Amino acid sequence: MNPKRKQRLIIVLFIVFGVGAAVGLTMFALSQNINLFYSPTQIENGEAPQETRIRAGGMVVEGSVKRDPNSLNVTFDLTDYEGTITVHYDGILPDLFREGQGIVAQGDLDANNHLQASEVLAKHDENYMPPEVAEALEKSGKMPKPEGEVFNK
Amino acid sequence: MSEKKNWMPRWFYQLASPRWSYNIMGKLLPGFAICAALLLIGGTIWALMFAPEDYQQGNSFRIIYIHVPSAILAQSCYMLMAVAGAIGLIWKMKVADMVAKSCAPIGASIAVLALATGAIWGKPTWGSWWVWDARLTSMLILLFLYLGVIALHSAIENEATAAQSSAVLSLVGLVNIPIIKYSVEWWNTLHQPATFTLTERPAMPAEMWVPLLVMVIGFYCMFAVSLMMRTRNEILYRERRASWVRELLEKQ
Repeated sequence: MNPKRKQRLIIVLFIVFGVGAAVGLTMFALSQNINLFYSPTQIENGEAPQETRIRAGGMVVEGSVKRDPNSLNVTFDLTDYEGTITVHYDGILPDLFREGQGIVAQGDLDANNHLQASEVLAKHDENYMPPEVAEALEKSGKMPKPEGEVFNK
Repeated sequence: MSEKKNWMPRWFYQLASPRWSYNIMGKLLPGFAICAALLLIGGTIWALMFAPEDYQQGNSFRIIYIHVPSAILAQSCYMLMAVAGAIGLIWKMKVADMVAKSCAPIGASIAVLALATGAIWGKPTWGSWWVWDARLTSMLILLFLYLGVIALHSAIENEATAAQSSAVLSLVGLVNIPIIKYSVEWWNTLHQPATFTLTERPAMPAEMWVPLLVMVIGFYCMFAVSLMMRTRNEILYRERRASWVRELLEKQ
């Protein structure tokens, strides 16, 4: 390679790695702000601000969903297997909402550290399977469940 | 310096000749076109009619057969554009500049396709068309980078300057590719992590992922076809004063 080309190659590498390092450091510094949601552990530890709009993500705890028979009000617990918080929501839940499903709820934390949600989104996991396979896995108790770290990075 | 070893393969230098590139792409085109047509038609029929539905999402999961190939391709296309741009910068190779220029509009349309199919899937599955999570936002930035490259090419009249500045822009934007890829692992996102990884078994049975693989290869072939057609066009336009192009035109 002649010296001219070598010099240009060095400049190109410098651009790519220089920008990479700069952006990498920025992202590292902003890391918490890039997260879409707080995990239940973080909320329990008081890392999430109160009375401002936040999102909380976690798994709906089995058996915790309580629906009000006269309205759309629903209360459920969210967990990442380390911490658990209670969510109150008044509205229509997404189709994928059920116990054991990962969800992301947007709302405000009240004085009891309960989330008063204004929006609930279902978080789909990376597992896809036909219904028969799902049934068989469910019976044998081998259904893949999201791990705690999915909600707590 | 005469004994200095030439460490680049011969075809790399042959690619520098617009005429040689034009001819070789003309020879490759029909093969890729046939592959693309067969794979895309076969893959679509397989995906829509024979692949089983998902236990949770039902039939709406089938949009994966467009969404995933287009998202993968949008990123690969960007990498190709940046590498071609770098080759153009370092070796001053005109054909590489033309390839980089031809990549941008194709990549932009594929990125739009990935974002649109994702939004259409997101509404029934998540309950929202759009969420500002790290994966979706970085993918949107990719689209803006493509649009920036297209804008630079059309804003600068001088072809060499336009190629240089858009190559620098695409190299700067290259940092976005690993961010898109790892966004779902580094941060809490609504978008699910990858179903396919090189190290683990896919989180999907074979009767679902084989048609997906067919679609991915089909998308790549289709991309090759459109890229070669665009690049050949670009070669003819830029070399319009060369004698071989004139001969070619007179023959028709």
